[in-house]
Amino acid sequence: MRGIVSSGTYVMLGNHAIAEGAIAAGCRFCAGYPITPASEIIEKMSERLPEVNGIFIQMEDEIASISSVVGASLAGAKAMTATSGPGFSLMQEWISAACALEVPLVIVDVQRGSPSTGQVSEPQQGDVMQARWGGNGDYEVIALAPATCQEMFDFAIDAFNLSEIYRVPVIILADALVSHMREKVVIPKYNEIRRKVVERRRPDGDPKKYIPYTYDDPNTGELRIPPPPQFGTKYYPLMTWTATRDEMGVYREEPEANLTLIRRICDKIRNNVNSIVRLQTMFIDDADLIVVAYGTPARTALRAVKEVRAKGIKAGFLRLVTVWPFGEKVVRKTIRKAKKIVVPEINYGQLYWEIERVASKEDAEVFLVPQASKLHEPNEIVRKILEVY
Amino acid sequence: MVNLKSTSKEEIPEHPLLKLTTSSKMLGSYINFFCPGCGYGIIAQCINRAFVKLKIDPIKYPQIVGIGCHSLLAFLIPGPAMMVLHGRAIPFATGIRLANPEVKPIVIVGDGDCLSIGTNHFVHGARRNVNITVLLMNNLIYGMTGGQSSPTTPTGSRTRTSVYGCVERSIDAVELAKTCGATYIARWTTAQPRLLTKAIIEAIQHKGFSFIDIITPCMTYFGRFNRKAKPADMYRWLKSNSVSLHHAEKMSVEELKSKIIIGKFVERKDVSILYEEYEKIFKRAQGRGES
Repeated sequence: MRGIVSSGTYVMLGNHAIAEGAIAAGCRFCAGYPITPASEIIEKMSERLPEVNGIFIQMEDEIASISSVVGASLAGAKAMTATSGPGFSLMQEWISAACALEVPLVIVDVQRGSPSTGQVSEPQQGDVMQARWGGNGDYEVIALAPATCQEMFDFAIDAFNLSEIYRVPVIILADALVSHMREKVVIPKYNEIRRKVVERRRPDGDPKKYIPYTYDDPNTGELRIPPPPQFGTKYYPLMTWTATRDEMGVYREEPEANLTLIRRICDKIRNNVNSIVRLQTMFIDDADLIVVAYGTPARTALRAVKEVRAKGIKAGFLRLVTVWPFGEKVVRKTIRKAKKIVVPEINYGQLYWEIERVASKEDAEVFLVPQASKLHEPNEIVRKILEVY
Repeated sequence: MVNLKSTSKEEIPEHPLLKLTTSSKMLGSYINFFCPGCGYGIIAQCINRAFVKLKIDPIKYPQIVGIGCHSLLAFLIPGPAMMVLHGRAIPFATGIRLANPEVKPIVIVGDGDCLSIGTNHFVHGARRNVNITVLLMNNLIYGMTGGQSSPTTPTGSRTRTSVYGCVERSIDAVELAKTCGATYIARWTTAQPRLLTKAIIEAIQHKGFSFIDIITPCMTYFGRFNRKAKPADMYRWLKSNSVSLHHAEKMSVEELKSKIIIGKFVERKDVSILYEEYEKIFKRAQGRGES
């Protein structure tokens, strides 16, 4: 038996790393439905969770998976599910509902060749916009894009932490490449991880005074995110709804109440963009051209930048670790001096539009390097850089 | 749509179970959302009586409610109640039950909820024998959306989406539950409230997936278009069409056509519940490699 954290240095499959990371972060409930290329996550979870008194259940479809994950999270367990594009599409109704109900949970979306059934074990970044806009109505989620197997482990912990802090579904946008790759993964000691993990907050005090959902502080006007309600305790409202509700969970029919709800669930993320968003930059200071990438293409992009640098081109590298919320201000500040932006994405242009929107404010031109079902080769990006520079 | 004004105490004496309900705890009075003749008030009464009789803490028995007219039933029962997405109540309750085995969710679903959009979840909930109680509010119609035909609408009935008569055959929820391995199955109508109350008590006490198919009249959208315009007609129809399981065994298939068979169909105590199986798995996983 390995205990909660299987510390050590391994050559580990990306999908297994994410499962280990989730368990280290305190995940004790996982529901899933088999789908290539995410199946190894639920396979590992079914092996590892019983060792730590956690529940893994294989549900009848992805909708049931996320339904039970939302239920488990509201019963007090840190919970996650793992899927790929087609399953992620099925989950959208609950992602929208989980945002409205402010349920902390983690969804791993291992993206595969798309649209439709696509090419099942090839990588693609086809669900980037779906992660943000897939469900009905206005909401904000957090999405992280890992590029290495080590990051699969680390981001799993980060994802659980963010979901607990902001009470929001966090989506890990991996792809078939990083999930089916074996790389060096260092899993730290239990105590080291323990310090990093954000525990589930439990409501306390007078149950009558407990406010279950995000509310405006009457004194400062700031948004306060209370601990989530919990089934089986006194801290569960008498009546809660997936329908529009106020901060006490009471159903509201007036239009103003819906705007208040949307403002709260969106602004709790938007107001904290600076503390959520993480970027990685290299060679930015003197760059006239910046390659902006996220997920696995960031690896090729960095190689391409280094190659053109050797040729004397002042190219820079910017990696978006957090894809959503989009760090507009900080991205804009980073690309200010550059006149040209190159965006390699394994799709036909998704986050490209968001980057173009921001770059156009700085009068920079944006060029897409599209690809599908495979990672770019470095010279594809190099060629584009030489073409537009 | 909703009249939130309380009825003054002089007009009507207070209901003995009022204090128990969410409606009373939230608003201090009784509110009724249902049409005249609707059976949901009777069902709420039966659920409340079951809670009183069992002397259980409602906090440990949260009510997970689907979407439909029966969502509003949540106001008339003890709570805490949660209205989830359409059709997703059973997997949601499964998640709660597995993450916190002290809690036994009571799932209240409608016929559209449970037998149309959520059939898949119903089938697999029963197969897993997860320890939840499912009460099916079977009013033979989609009431909240305005009277469209549902999977349990009898063949030939007129509804808003089958104006020339429903051409499809209806589904028998009890037979489906039997096939899927539910360990407590009963069917009653709102014309037998005492027997229904008894069944709800048994279902809550039962360890495993317990299921009651409750046939309840919808006057506004079913009775009105199907020659049962008055509540009394509808209840007469329910009573005259109900055949007890005991009698049904002696009747031919032809005689049983369009009859409602009522009674307790299955009660099995030999099947272990899902969480008990997980407890065994914990031991096996944690004992591995220790010797």
